[in-house]
Amino acid sequence: MTMATVQTPPKISAQGVNVFYGDTHAVDNVSLDLYQDEVTALIGPSGCGKSTFLRCLNRMNDTIADCRVSGQILLDDEDIYASQIDVVQLRARVGMVFQKPNPFPKSIYDNVAYGPRIHGLADTREDLDEIVAVSLEKAGLWDEVKDRLDHLGTTLSGGQQQRLCIARAIAIDPEVILMDEPCSALDPIATAKVEALIEELKGGYAIILVTHSMQQAARISQKTAFFHLGQLIEFGDTTQIFTSPTSGRTRDYITGRLV
Amino acid sequence: MTSLPNLKKRWGRPQVQRRLRRRYIYERIFRMLGLAAIGVAGLALATLIVSVGKNAFGGFVQTSIDVDIYLNPEDLRPSSARYRHDFAERVESADMRKLLADALERQFPDIDTDSERRRALQLFSLQARRTLRDYITATPEKIGQTVRMRLLASDDVDQVVKGNIDPRVPESDRRVKDKELAWLAALRADGRISRQLSTTFFTGGDSREPEIAGIFGAIIGSVLTLLVTLLTAFPIGTLAAIYLEEFSPQNRLTAFIEVNINNLAAVPSIVFGLLGLSLFLSILELPRSSPLVGGLTLALMTLPTIIIASRASLRAVPQGLRTAAQGLGASPMQVVFHHVVPSAMPGILTGTIIGLSRGLGETAPLLMIGMVAFVVSTPNALTDAATVLPVQIFLWADSPERAFVEKTSAAILVLLGFLLAVNALAVWLRQRFEVHIPD
Repeated sequence: MTMATVQTPPKISAQGVNVFYGDTHAVDNVSLDLYQDEVTALIGPSGCGKSTFLRCLNRMNDTIADCRVSGQILLDDEDIYASQIDVVQLRARVGMVFQKPNPFPKSIYDNVAYGPRIHGLADTREDLDEIVAVSLEKAGLWDEVKDRLDHLGTTLSGGQQQRLCIARAIAIDPEVILMDEPCSALDPIATAKVEALIEELKGGYAIILVTHSMQQAARISQKTAFFHLGQLIEFGDTTQIFTSPTSGRTRDYITGRLV
Repeated sequence: MTSLPNLKKRWGRPQVQRRLRRRYIYERIFRMLGLAAIGVAGLALATLIVSVGKNAFGGFVQTSIDVDIYLNPEDLRPSSARYRHDFAERVESADMRKLLADALERQFPDIDTDSERRRALQLFSLQARRTLRDYITATPEKIGQTVRMRLLASDDVDQVVKGNIDPRVPESDRRVKDKELAWLAALRADGRISRQLSTTFFTGGDSREPEIAGIFGAIIGSVLTLLVTLLTAFPIGTLAAIYLEEFSPQNRLTAFIEVNINNLAAVPSIVFGLLGLSLFLSILELPRSSPLVGGLTLALMTLPTIIIASRASLRAVPQGLRTAAQGLGASPMQVVFHHVVPSAMPGILTGTIIGLSRGLGETAPLLMIGMVAFVVSTPNALTDAATVLPVQIFLWADSPERAFVEKTSAAILVLLGFLLAVNALAVWLRQRFEVHIPD
């Protein structure tokens, strides 16, 4: 599996990325390659910079006033921090699912249809219906909601809401999906469903998943990156990271001794 | 690490029990204070409603007198000096006072001097002659007959009938003299005095005569004025709030603007009147006393309220909603107008309506721009001279006639009704636009 991915160029290539919040150095010189059709897990203790790094990949950090980013992040060999890049278009290519399910206070249908609508991806009403249906189906939610598409998205259960958010993200057919601890607000059953969904989705997208759950990283990711104090300590195949980490800190963290 | 002192033993101490009892007592005292506060507020409200309502009832009804009038053809003949072919004009020039006075003389045979004739005529409102004239114009076939007509009494008679004039007061201190009281007693004994709901009060404009003064002109003035306020203050206020909250950089300038907006909300309303006076009347030379200028002046006053309320409700929109939309590639404007503003709408509307209802009850700034004028006609355009309900109340409260006390109360009741309606609208809009957003 490793051999197969090495020959294709990386989908996203981060080179020497530094992030500062005011005087705080949140991400310290991180270089990382992320591949299509793979799930990459970012793990590390709270405040280690993994979420901050994730948010650099679709420039969500731009909205934070005193946040500065340096270094290079290439999406298909194009620097996403270059001045000619349209952030709005970038975010359409790099979708995001957040820690807390955040459906719009609109109907289930409108939640999923929102992205295609604002980007003009659907030509007809039937077209849009199909995009919504397929997205919900891919997110494993169709059977649960097909009879109540006009209900408010916010009336669904937490796990359903998170899958709705995933459906909303994939409805605009992004190339990369960033997931920032998508299961941390969910119960174990909902978590299992979302995990199964991520596994199904990995073909066709590059998925980058920030998680606090070692088991989750081990179960569904192919690559794992371990962050500590803003630095990338170790990055490699998940099996290798979890069975024979090269860094002592990585070993300490995954065995629960480093906090 | 040191070990805890023996807390088990301390739990058993009597102080613990005493403390607990004291806490319960404080709790009870606090609840009673709360109830007392609500009681005082309720009492104040009840007093207002009772005192206004008691007087207001009289303001809605008006006294009339039934009188038998002989439509004397002699009196309706064209006078030689002003010969008119046209019947309507002939009636117009005829002396209605004479018809009425003759009728009164038949009613009260004790009238024999001119001054008594005049005093008897003063039992009736000026409106009575108009009613009589209109009747003759409409039914000329009745000329030569005696008809019983119900004519509007003067405000003084009205007050006597309503018991607001004490007959025990010495005659010289009374607007209604003994003679008139005797006439009224006779009319009453004859069953000729009656009280009706005054439609004029709801359909007429202002008048110097309390019995024919109405609030319709003021209501229309208020509606037009508030319309101007709404149409200017709402878009400007919400756009300012949206820009300040969602787009503007956070720097010293925006902080300065924010402080100033907050201060403006506390500026006395009369100052906005002065601003309106110098800006709209002196510089822009817009028509004085008009709903246009009144509305713009109230808009100045309402703007800070709307901006502050809108900003607060925009700020209360969970950040997750913005990031969700941004994450899908929505542009900043799409984020704001598709998601943030709709979610903040209930709060924005509530703030706007609070501002408007303050404007509805405002008098002081309107005095400064000349809306205090005595306006009889109902305004037809935004640039017509007009008055508004609170100013009308102010003017009537200032009038010497006893009957205006009732009119004032009645108008206050109508104003309170409008305020209630506006606030009910706010509640309805709030529920209509309310969406549940998980935060």
